[in-house]
Amino acid sequence: MSENIESKPYISFLQAESKHKGIFKWILSTDHKRIGIMYLAGMLCFLLVGITFGFLMKLEMLTPGKTLFDAQTYNTFFTLHGIIMIFLFIIPGLPAVFGNFMLPLQIGARDVAFPRLNLLSWWLYVIGGIFAIVSLFLQGGPIDTGWTFYVPYSLRTGTNVSLPLFAAFILGFSSILTGINFVTTVHRLRAPGMTFFKMPLFVWAIYSTAWVQVIATPVVGITIILVIVERAFSLGIFDPSLGGDPLLFQHLFWIYSHPAVYIMILPAMGAVSEIIPTFAKRTIFGYKAIAYSSLAIAFIGYFVWAHHMFTTGISDVSRFIFSLLTFLVAIPSGVKVFNWVATLYKGSITPGVPLLFVMMFIFLFSIGGLTGLVLGSLATNVHVHDTYFVVAHFHYVMFGGTVMIFFAALHYWFPKMFGRMFNEKVAKWSVGLIFVGFNMLYFTMFILGYEGMPRRYWDYLPQFQTLQVISTVGSWILIAGILLMFGNLHRAMKKGTSASANPWGGKTLEWTIPSPPPVHNFDEIPVITHGPYYYGEEEEK
Amino acid sequence: MYNENTEHTGHTEKEHSVGYGTYVLIWLVLVGLTVTTVSISGINLGNISLAVALLIATVKSAFVINIFMHIKFEDKIFRVFIAIALMTLLSVFVLTAFDVFFR
Repeated sequence: MSENIESKPYISFLQAESKHKGIFKWILSTDHKRIGIMYLAGMLCFLLVGITFGFLMKLEMLTPGKTLFDAQTYNTFFTLHGIIMIFLFIIPGLPAVFGNFMLPLQIGARDVAFPRLNLLSWWLYVIGGIFAIVSLFLQGGPIDTGWTFYVPYSLRTGTNVSLPLFAAFILGFSSILTGINFVTTVHRLRAPGMTFFKMPLFVWAIYSTAWVQVIATPVVGITIILVIVERAFSLGIFDPSLGGDPLLFQHLFWIYSHPAVYIMILPAMGAVSEIIPTFAKRTIFGYKAIAYSSLAIAFIGYFVWAHHMFTTGISDVSRFIFSLLTFLVAIPSGVKVFNWVATLYKGSITPGVPLLFVMMFIFLFSIGGLTGLVLGSLATNVHVHDTYFVVAHFHYVMFGGTVMIFFAALHYWFPKMFGRMFNEKVAKWSVGLIFVGFNMLYFTMFILGYEGMPRRYWDYLPQFQTLQVISTVGSWILIAGILLMFGNLHRAMKKGTSASANPWGGKTLEWTIPSPPPVHNFDEIPVITHGPYYYGEEEEK
Repeated sequence: MYNENTEHTGHTEKEHSVGYGTYVLIWLVLVGLTVTTVSISGINLGNISLAVALLIATVKSAFVINIFMHIKFEDKIFRVFIAIALMTLLSVFVLTAFDVFFR
């Protein structure tokens, strides 16, 4: 196989022909790079829909009482915003797009271990998305349970619950298959000489994430099926009026959905560990500590789920244990942040757009992480549970964390993926707008929540209006920044100047091949002799 | 030049064959254990009924994993993978029990 490929001329994967024509060249392609870009296209569409729901929700909160639509519509909007953002954007997120595109490149492979399974994962993602959308238009109306589908309400509401739940079930399969593919790829397809401790840290993060995808996702699959069956046949698994246990649902749901938080954030942390050395021109500080901390976060992340349930009536013993375990996650997270900042120290820093996003990430994620400790403490949790404080916290972690790094990774690997450069000046303006808008939108929510504004409420007391208005205006600035960013990238795809193979001076393997990469990735599979961030003498220490 | 099969050079495919007789025997054992599970569910064993059901399920899955999924004949790494998954599951059970039994 390699011998034949070696003699082929350079053909970018974007221009490569196949036995299929037109759009089928893409949607039936098993090339990991094309699949990565197809995920990107699908996810960005869903992201824009999710942003629209968020924008409308904030617009409704501009004044107390009815501003634009009624309470039931608001219920469906926050549910759809959550389902779309969580299941269709952030969870597939970095692994589906950049994991697919970069993992084989970074380990010196020609593709993932199971290319056809990879295409099946993408199709399952699309089918799951279609099911979710179809459910909006069926009799009964869009789902209004919140993205957590809590029983007993989700068993009794007359809106369409079973179909979007089934959509989440299908999306779960997509996630599991991707996880299996990535674990196998890392174990089987690393280039000669690439030991585990010579792998780029993004690969470590994707590897850790893949394990969480494989082990945790089946739990939510089973839970979803149980809810669907209970709705259809009233079995009494979760419904207390039939002898069921509603807390059992919450246990099962969060046994998956808390590790899912790490499915979202770990790959982002991996991307940070790629971007910082490149823009600081320094070997990463504490490589092994970062690699092990990824595994530690993935591992501890399994055992903290009940901190979502402190006020539900679970036993005091378990509340104490889960609070303690929750605090333990802060240790490997702190290790990462320390090492990133230490890498920057005395580095030769170039303030490129990806690094600016990373700086924003460290700032926002630190706020999100520290307020997580407020929520992890039993006493303070009771005070701010189900308030805007929680909404602000998880947006700082998920949006300020994962999504900011999604944007960073998009800018970092954009030249490699599309072979074009974007306008840096415009991109920096978008970074500024996003930063200002984000903090106006969400920091006000910390204050509102602390003062008692409950989440998911359509109406509010007049004393909250000033902060609500600031928050709503912040959403406009944030969205303006995001649209400017995507407009800039879209323009770059069409009219951007050609990108060289290594525009940022990165050291990992994807920067050793042309931009965009050829169909077969490497003319000759490289032999690895040193670590992934080799910047001269520091490597020798 | 890198050989695509380099990773496999150290991995010798062990010859193994499980006769049809063994498969049928295991299948009969599984059916028998299923019948046992259903029968026992009709008997009031109190608090240990859950433990008994889980024990039978564990024995059944051990047969399926080892024989039908061929793990008995595979490399050690696969057994490590399964052990990690099982330990995680066990930890989840134990942590859930801290709520259910102390509520």
